[in-house]
Amino acid sequence: MASRYIANTAAEQKRMLGVIGAGSLEELLVKIPAKARLSRPLGLRPSLAETDLIRHMKALAARNADADSHVCFMGAGSYDHYVPSPINHLISRGEFFTAYTPYQPEASQGTLRTIYEYQTMIAELTGMDVANASIYDGASSLAEAALMAHAVTDRREVVLSRGVNPLHRRVVATYCEGPGIKLRDAGAPDGVTDLEAAKKLVGAKTAALVVQTPNFYGCLEDVSAAAEIAHAAGALLVVVADPVNLGVLEGPGKLGADIVVGEGQGLGVPMSFGGPNLGVFAAKKELVRRMPGRLVGATVDKDGARGFVLTLQTREQHIRRAKATSNICTNVALCALMATIYLATLGRHGLVKVGELSAAKAHYAAERLAKVSGVSLRFGAPFFKEFTLKLPKPPERVVTKLAKQGFLAGVPLKTFDRGLADCLLIAVTEKRTKAEIDGFAAALEKAVA
Amino acid sequence: MAASAYDKLIFELSSPGREAFSLAEADVPQADVTKLLPASHLRKEAPALPEVSEFDIVRHYSRLSRMNYGVDTHFYPLGSCTMKYNPKLNEDMARLPGFAKLHPLAAETLSQGALQLMHELAQDLAEIAGMDAVSLQPAAGAQGEFAGVLMIRAYHLSHGEKRTKVLVPDSAHGTNPASTAIAGYEVVEVKSLPNGEVDVDALARTLDTDVAAFMITVPNTLGMFEPRIVEISELCHAKGVQVYMDGANLNAILGITRPGDLGFDVCHFNLHKTFTTPHGGGGPGAKDGDGYALDWKRPKSIGKLQAFWGNFGMLVRAYTYLRTMGPDGLRSVSDNAILNANYIMKRLEKDYDVAVPGPCMHECVLSARRQKKLGVTATDIAKRLLDLGFYAPSTYFPLIVEEALMIEPTETESKETLDAFCDAMIQIAREAESNAAVIHDAPVTTPVRRLDQTKAAREPDLRWTRRP
Repeated sequence: MASRYIANTAAEQKRMLGVIGAGSLEELLVKIPAKARLSRPLGLRPSLAETDLIRHMKALAARNADADSHVCFMGAGSYDHYVPSPINHLISRGEFFTAYTPYQPEASQGTLRTIYEYQTMIAELTGMDVANASIYDGASSLAEAALMAHAVTDRREVVLSRGVNPLHRRVVATYCEGPGIKLRDAGAPDGVTDLEAAKKLVGAKTAALVVQTPNFYGCLEDVSAAAEIAHAAGALLVVVADPVNLGVLEGPGKLGADIVVGEGQGLGVPMSFGGPNLGVFAAKKELVRRMPGRLVGATVDKDGARGFVLTLQTREQHIRRAKATSNICTNVALCALMATIYLATLGRHGLVKVGELSAAKAHYAAERLAKVSGVSLRFGAPFFKEFTLKLPKPPERVVTKLAKQGFLAGVPLKTFDRGLADCLLIAVTEKRTKAEIDGFAAALEKAVA
Repeated sequence: MAASAYDKLIFELSSPGREAFSLAEADVPQADVTKLLPASHLRKEAPALPEVSEFDIVRHYSRLSRMNYGVDTHFYPLGSCTMKYNPKLNEDMARLPGFAKLHPLAAETLSQGALQLMHELAQDLAEIAGMDAVSLQPAAGAQGEFAGVLMIRAYHLSHGEKRTKVLVPDSAHGTNPASTAIAGYEVVEVKSLPNGEVDVDALARTLDTDVAAFMITVPNTLGMFEPRIVEISELCHAKGVQVYMDGANLNAILGITRPGDLGFDVCHFNLHKTFTTPHGGGGPGAKDGDGYALDWKRPKSIGKLQAFWGNFGMLVRAYTYLRTMGPDGLRSVSDNAILNANYIMKRLEKDYDVAVPGPCMHECVLSARRQKKLGVTATDIAKRLLDLGFYAPSTYFPLIVEEALMIEPTETESKETLDAFCDAMIQIAREAESNAAVIHDAPVTTPVRRLDQTKAAREPDLRWTRRP
């Protein structure tokens, strides 16, 4: 059976079997019990030739409303940010794209150097001492932070603000099930964490207090005040932040965070229906030996030349097995590479500009949309690039109507918070134009009339 | 080697004022963030990111890429990792805007193509695995294991049983005990027989009503099919113990046998190994009437593992691969993977000790114990291979084989490549006897030579700082 991905011809197979001393391929399968053998071909869809498969895939893709075919105002953890062209070209180089975990550092210096650059950039943005080489996504990063806080403090409760993305909070709950870590919710009735209420929940059993800024509703949280509450009780402060905002917003480390995690998709990674994403993880240096995931460090080779290796591996599963700080092995190195090239491309001034433009356009959009009859901003707290809009008609139906006008109108909040069933979460990135926002406002006006 | 001349980090190319980005000026009336946001939330100074031109970036990362060995450029026989060719068509398909630019929370009516793809992929993977259902959500093998163990835990709890232990062989991947421990279980290591197979009598004695699961890799980490696996499953089930398969080695058994048919209750496998995606893993896609929808009515679910639905970009690649190969193509994958591994094993059996006599499945494990007596270790051999133009096999794994060299060629490599690799391995065996210095000196052709791991761990330098 010929396949373009397999080189061996029938004649070559025969020659190789001759060297092996086997009469047939079947003879190589003698150890498999006969009763466990599959006696029929797999019941799969038939193979397609390349041009037919491309036609099929394009037809599937065409049934999706994407951010090219529609004007995207959706966020909630995945954003339509600008992706500079060189990123795709560079990550597609086979030397990067088809390499694996750098077990042989001498033949993996390209990957190791880019991870070291990534760690440096993330530490700088988050205002922390060290960053790891990445976790799967923002949600699993947060879950790992909860486990790490439990390990560091030997305490069994984590207090999570309801301002933390509910999609992330669900994953924390999954990870905390095994170790028996109890999760307690601190309310955010006015769009920001009720810190007085949080203070009552944080105590001698608390491993960590977790806040997100800007939070799920788009509002900015008082990180310094949260840090005081956590630290007064001997707990860690974990802050969830979107690194693409940190050209403008203060790094949470400078405001007292002990661990900063977040979803790094905005850093040049395609939305791709939610994955692969990029889990950002950074901490204070005192905590480095309890960190999950790969770490790359600088060292020297036997001639004294600078080189890079995976280091502090005694934290990891392949060495410590059941006693490892985490079970993570393969990470999302290619997404981390996208983020590294993104941050190099945007650089010192570009990332600031992305933040400024996103905030400016979001504020213009909020003002413009809130003028639509019956529509208002749900919360009064300061926001950044995302805000919660209260609508006079069911948001799900508004979204369907606006899709027909070419807009991905935002994320209806009913499934996340029943109290916000009349609300739509709207994100505005630097890519949106005033004309698109004005068009969106006009379309919304008709949809809610 | 010429490539070694390059020793820059992107920060060291920075020149104040250079730019590589292209952003339109603000077109809204108020663009001054200091007037829009409270000062207490704002950064005091711009982040210390590089200031470079676009071409600086392209050349820098192109040069760094050349300091890597990848599957596209080098034979990459890293055992247990299935480093096979990643088809270029997969990449084109994953980049179609309808997939790459699709927001994860787009309404179901606006994402039917994506949901259909996930549904069909899950169906096909279930058929390949001989299982009833597949979750595409786990992000990687380790998260898949974690999900599987949590499901076993939930299963026992729903039957009113609080079992506390999980049995894991001493030959297992490190993620097995790590994932099990995070799921809240005590890990009990089970000793393997010298040939790497499960000691069935010892296992039978260990099985009791406190054991939640037995976790095992098939084929095992010595590249061998576990001949008594069906019997093992039956023994476990008799004691109410769930049997979990680490499917890292699925590439060996496509269309030949299926985890479900071997008696396994739960298994994970890796899309980035068997199904040719670069990195990633495995979301719910349930058919509902004439359309496709996410099924949230699962009250017994262990919950969610990722914010969204799984690594969708990788699912597109795996789907493309499956539709390229079809059932016959997939079967020929395993046939050729097995043939290639046995060919290597045969060609090297005189010069190296074979861990277990063959035939093997998709990978073979050699031991450098003979070379070690001459002062040449598995690490030394790995480094010498780099100089001879090959990435190295996995070394020192499985832990139960002394000086292990675990070689997985995959089906995508040609006989010429296998021969060149075997020739290099034989050359090294000869050098060990006559010219060990050249091995101890290796590598000399790579951008750096052997690196000081101890210094890296003792004086952690984990981020770049400007030297004063």
